[in-house]
Amino acid sequence: MTTLQICLLASALLFAIGFAGAVTRRHAILVLIGIELMLNAANLNFIAFWRFGPHPEMLTGLMFVIFSMALAGAEAAVGLALVIAIYRHKKTSNLDEVKELKG
Amino acid sequence: MTLSIIITAIVTILAAATAMSLRNLVHSVLALAVAFAGIAAFYLQLDAQFVGFAEILVYVGAVAILIVFAILLTRSGEAPDQSVLGPGWFYGIIVSALVFTAIGWAILNSSALPTEVPVASDATVKHIGEALMTKYVLPLEIIGLVLTAAMIGAVLIALREVSTAGGSRRESAPSENLSGLTSTATNSSLGGKA
Amino acid sequence: MFNALDQVFVNALHWLVGFLPEALRPLVSSLLAVAFVLMVFPGIFAIVTVIERKGLGRIQNRYGPNRVGIPFTKIRLCGFGQFIPDGIKSLTKEDIVPRAADKVVHFLAPVVMLIPVLLAYSVLPFGRNMTITDYDAGLLFFFAVGGAVEISVFMAGWSSHNKYSLLGAMRAIAQMVSYEIPLILSAVTVVMIVGSLNLNNIVAAQNHYTFGIAHWHVFTPWGLLGFVLFFIAALAESNRTPFDLPEAESEIIAGYFTEYSGFKFALFFLGEYLGMFAISGLGITLFLGGWTAPFSFLIWVPSYVWFISKLLGIIFVFIWIRGTLPRLRMDQLMNFAWKFMLPLALINILIAGIWHFMDHDWLRWPVCSTLIVLAYVTLGRGLMQNQKLGKRIYRFAE
Repeated sequence: MTTLQICLLASALLFAIGFAGAVTRRHAILVLIGIELMLNAANLNFIAFWRFGPHPEMLTGLMFVIFSMALAGAEAAVGLALVIAIYRHKKTSNLDEVKELKG
Repeated sequence: MTLSIIITAIVTILAAATAMSLRNLVHSVLALAVAFAGIAAFYLQLDAQFVGFAEILVYVGAVAILIVFAILLTRSGEAPDQSVLGPGWFYGIIVSALVFTAIGWAILNSSALPTEVPVASDATVKHIGEALMTKYVLPLEIIGLVLTAAMIGAVLIALREVSTAGGSRRESAPSENLSGLTSTATNSSLGGKA
Repeated sequence: MFNALDQVFVNALHWLVGFLPEALRPLVSSLLAVAFVLMVFPGIFAIVTVIERKGLGRIQNRYGPNRVGIPFTKIRLCGFGQFIPDGIKSLTKEDIVPRAADKVVHFLAPVVMLIPVLLAYSVLPFGRNMTITDYDAGLLFFFAVGGAVEISVFMAGWSSHNKYSLLGAMRAIAQMVSYEIPLILSAVTVVMIVGSLNLNNIVAAQNHYTFGIAHWHVFTPWGLLGFVLFFIAALAESNRTPFDLPEAESEIIAGYFTEYSGFKFALFFLGEYLGMFAISGLGITLFLGGWTAPFSFLIWVPSYVWFISKLLGIIFVFIWIRGTLPRLRMDQLMNFAWKFMLPLALINILIAGIWHFMDHDWLRWPVCSTLIVLAYVTLGRGLMQNQKLGKRIYRFAE
C-alpha cells in the first residue's frame, strides 16, 4: 500500500465517521461537528492528491484547502448562531424536537 | 515516513470516533480538538506546512472554542438523560459503512492513482502568497466578502430580539453573549452541585 | 574573540554532538537545545517571581521578600533565594481534587496549558544562530500554538465544577479571543514590510545600522504604533493587570484555577509566566530587533545577552504596570479591544503600506507620523464623545 492510499483510506474513514455522527446523533452541535469532520476529510484528500499528484508545483490543492478552511469557519459561525437562536426559541437543541420550520 | 503517517492516522481516527460517540458534549469537543491536531500533523507530514499551522489556528484555536461557547450558551454541558441517538440511527450507521466500503474498495483497486512519489515542491509561504495575490485574487476577494457576510449574519441571528417599541436600541452582540454566559455559568454550576 | 563569545553555546553544542555517531546527531542536538530552553526559561521564571514581589513591594511602599538567601548559610542575597522555599512549598502541598470535578479533564488541563507554551519557544531566535527550528512560517506557528492555550483554560474552568472557575475561564477566553485580533494584526505590519513569516528573516531585516542606530521596527512610525498595540494585546493575552479580570482575586477568587492546588497550581503559574516570556520574546523579535544591538558600537556584546536583557526590560514594564494601574471592567475591556485597538491596528496596516510604497523618500516620515496622530486623535475623540463622565454610582454596595 502506498502512502497516498493510506492517506485516502484515513480520509475515507474520517468522512464515514463524520457522516455517521451527523446522521445518528440528536444534538444539533454534534451534527455540526460531524459536518466539520467531513469537510476536514475532504481537505485531507486535497492535500494528499496535491502532494502525490503529477503537478505539486501548481499549488491548486493547497489553495482549495485554504479557501475551504475559510468557508468552514464561516459555516461553523453561522451554524452555531442558528443553534443558539433555535435554543432561545424552543429551549431545546435536540434536532428531532425541532421538526417544523414555522415560528 | 509511512510508519509516522500510519500512527497519525490511527490517532486522528480514534479521536474522531471518540468525538462522535461520547455522551458528554464537552468531552466530544475536546476529542475533536485532538482530531483536528491530528489532521494538522497529517498536513505537516505531507509537506504542507502553512496549511498545517493554519489548521491549528483556525480549528483548534477558533472553531473548537466557538463550539464550546455554543455548548455553554445552550446549557448542554451535562450528559443528557435520554438517548443521544436520533431515530433511525441504525440505518445511518449502515449507510456510512456502505460509503466507507465503496470508497475504500475504489481506493484499493483503482489503477488511476499515481504510483511514483514526486519530489516535494517547495510550497513556501512566499509562493502561496504570490499565488493568492495573482492567480487566485478573485477567489480571495470573494472569500473575504463571504466571511464578512457570514459574520454579520451570525451576529444578527444570535442577537436577542428586543422589543423595538420604545426605542430602537438593540443590545450589542458581545455584551449579549456575556450576559448569557453569566447566567449559563451560574445555572450549570448550581445544577452540578445539586 | 567577541565572535567566539557570541557563538559559545552554538559551538559547544556542535562540539558535544561531534562525539556521537552520525545517525544520532539530529536527535541529540535537538534534545540538547530543548534542555537548554527548559533550563533557562524556568530559571528566569524563578528569578522573576522574586523580582515581581520585590518590585510590587517598592511601588506599594513596603519591603518585598528580603530574608531568604542561600539555604544553610548566612548569606541573604537581598531575598533572592525566596523562590527555593516557594517552589518546595508548592511541590509538597496536598493536591486536592473536588469531588464533583471531572477528574480526567481536571488532571489534563495544566499539562495541555504547558505544552503549547513550551512549543512556542521552538521558533524564537534567542541569539545569532540560536533558533531551535527554523520554520518558514514561524510566526504563524507561534500564533497557532498560542491559540491552543484557550482550550486548556476552558478545560480547567469547566472541569472544576465551580461557578467562579467557569466565570473566570469564560472571561479569559472572551478576552484572549478579542485581543488575539489586534495582536495578530499588529504583527502583520512587520510581515508586510519584511516580506517573510520566518522570525530569523525578520531579525535579519532589522540588523542594519544608519548613523550608528539600528533599523529596529519600533523606530519607525508604524512600528511604534504596532509595538504599543502589540504590547497592550500581549498584556491582555497573558492576563496581566490591568487586564487580569480572569483571575481577579477580589471578584472571582482566582478564576479558572480556583480549584487547583499543589503541583498543578504551580504548573499553571509556570505556564502563565512562560507564556508571558514567550509573547514578550515575540514582541522583541518583531519590533525590538531580536538579538541585535541598538547601537553599532555595542555589537560586541553577545547576542543572547541582548535578548535576555530586552526580555527582562519588558518584564520590568509588565511589573511596573501591574503596580500602577487599576483593573478594567469587562465592558471597558471589550470596548477597548473592539472599538479602539482593532480600528487602529487596521489603520496601521494601511500606514505600513504607504510607508512601503514611499520607499527611500524622506517625506514618508512626516506623512506616516501625521496619519498616525490623526487616526489616534480622531478615534480617541470619537469614542470619548458619547461617554458621560460623572460621579460613580454604586449599585450593589450602598
